[in-house]
Amino acid sequence: MILDLQNINKNYGTGQVVVSALKDVTLQAEEGEYIAIMGPSGSGKTTLMNIIGCLDRADSGTYMLDGADISGLNENELSDVRLHKIGFVFQTFQLLPGETALENVALPLVYAGVPRAERLERARESLAQVGLEERTSFLPAQLSGGQKQRVAIARAMINHPRILLADEPTGALDQASGAQVMELFQQLNDSGVTVIMITHDAGVASHAKRILKIIDGCLIDPAKEGDQA
Amino acid sequence: MLENIRLSFRGILSHKMRSFLTMLGIIIGIAAIIAIVSTIHGTNEQIKKNLIGSGVNTVTVRLTQGDWDYDYSGGVPDGIPMIDETVRSELKGISHAEGVSLYSMRQDYDGVYHLNDSISGGYVIGVEPDYFATVGLTVKSGRGISKTDLRKAEKICVLDESSSRTLFQGEDPVGRTIEIRTEPFTVAGVVTDKEKFEPTITTMSEYYTYSQDQAGRVYIPISTWPSVYQYDEPQNVVIRADRTESMTDIGKSAESILNANLSSTEMYSYKAQDLLEQAKEIQQLSESTNMMLLWIAGISLLVGGIGVMNIMLVSVTERTSEIGLKKAIGAPKKAIMMQFLTEAVVLTSTGGLLGVITGIILAGLISQINGTPVAISGTAALFAVAFSMFIGILFGYLPSRKAANLDPIEALRHE
Repeated sequence: MILDLQNINKNYGTGQVVVSALKDVTLQAEEGEYIAIMGPSGSGKTTLMNIIGCLDRADSGTYMLDGADISGLNENELSDVRLHKIGFVFQTFQLLPGETALENVALPLVYAGVPRAERLERARESLAQVGLEERTSFLPAQLSGGQKQRVAIARAMINHPRILLADEPTGALDQASGAQVMELFQQLNDSGVTVIMITHDAGVASHAKRILKIIDGCLIDPAKEGDQA
Repeated sequence: MLENIRLSFRGILSHKMRSFLTMLGIIIGIAAIIAIVSTIHGTNEQIKKNLIGSGVNTVTVRLTQGDWDYDYSGGVPDGIPMIDETVRSELKGISHAEGVSLYSMRQDYDGVYHLNDSISGGYVIGVEPDYFATVGLTVKSGRGISKTDLRKAEKICVLDESSSRTLFQGEDPVGRTIEIRTEPFTVAGVVTDKEKFEPTITTMSEYYTYSQDQAGRVYIPISTWPSVYQYDEPQNVVIRADRTESMTDIGKSAESILNANLSSTEMYSYKAQDLLEQAKEIQQLSESTNMMLLWIAGISLLVGGIGVMNIMLVSVTERTSEIGLKKAIGAPKKAIMMQFLTEAVVLTSTGGLLGVITGIILAGLISQINGTPVAISGTAALFAVAFSMFIGILFGYLPSRKAANLDPIEALRHE
């Protein structure tokens, strides 16, 4: 089991105004799964994403990632987990505007201590995998939205993470570009990467093998609910 | 690290104007420091060179009354014997002493004439034949003073270039006759001037030390002295050292040898004019004034540093989402901290380097305008660049820590 979250709670605010973002969330994922988490804005899906992505910590509950307990790790250990086990894809791409596509893709390897020549070589390969080998020296501003997102995916995948976390990956893209991105996700999933995707778009979510819903901080598995019904 | 430096330069180049203005404070501060240090350095070198003379290490020992040279025009006081051959050989025996020459000297305000030209405030000096060699003067024309001149107490004299100019206005004085205290003297030759040095005179004793260099000198055989000034005078001593470092020691030894022959040293005593010591004192004087300038330059550096801190804080705010992304993809705190610290250090040391270059140009200009010599010190330049790096670390620390402590979730949300 790659992911095992048990009874995760997360509250925001202190004192009298406490907003409960996640309530007793339990989520398990096997290696190689493709999960979509759907929910309206404010439902807590981004909070869940941040916790899975080790950007945030739960107030209570346990989180095992790839067999290791994440709950007790300090900030530096968490950044190490993010570096080696998780790849992020954001709605707004989050590419560095002053750097070329190649440099952007190579960025995580800087923190992994890979020498520059090898970094660029691996970045080139990674860009080739998303079909952008012709665009290595382009700046983000010279790329289309779809191309930008593919650069971001190349960056997310360069350090061979176990999990690809995507937050509204097609939110800023047109239909055709969105489809390309979905195709890439499928390829990655086929090669064994666990994909967890947040979206509010049912069409996008339908690409996933398992769809979960989150409403008011509670995670619901429609399939299981269906069983119960 | 290399990656950080590469990124820093890219950052600086992408905001050329801003980076330059930020660096300006550092550039001005460092340039001022380099210019000041170079000027101090140059002046000190010149003081040393002028006072000590190029390669001529002579120590002068004179009879003094209090802080002043004793002037025998009022007569020879009791208990001060002439320096005889026994004492001379004792002086010669001082280690590192190469040559010893005795002389009498008097400043004469209205005694030396050629026709109607006089040298007022010039010096009449009774010397032995080896005097010129001992103090490092060379004969420019004619001849020096010979042993025969000394033995026969010939009424010949040797002028230095200044007195020759004053008395003869550029004509060749050799063979001509001048008057010293109404006694006629034939000019046998001309020697070079004692090295001229014109320091800023701020105290009486400095005035006393240097004023004697300004007027011309007339040298006569010391044996002729009584025919001008009526009586023999206890001589002064000039000793040539074989190396500059021994000058102070030789002076001290000579003082004690000469003072031992005085019946009392309460009123009068022999004192060595230690040029090395004087050079140091003047250097200290010029350094203390320049220290003040250095402090002012230091304040400019401080202001420059605050400017760097300010711009780094702006930069951190501007790049919040970049920091958030980097943290998300696994950059540890330390790496973010290093990135911004490197940027600050690259900024300030580039400023420092430009400052050193500007400072060298400035020092060159100062020397052109003021005529003061300038010595660029490599150590000072290195120190300046190292110091500007330090400023980068000092003032870059706070912004870098701010960047490193950003919450990645908040930072990613920032647009």
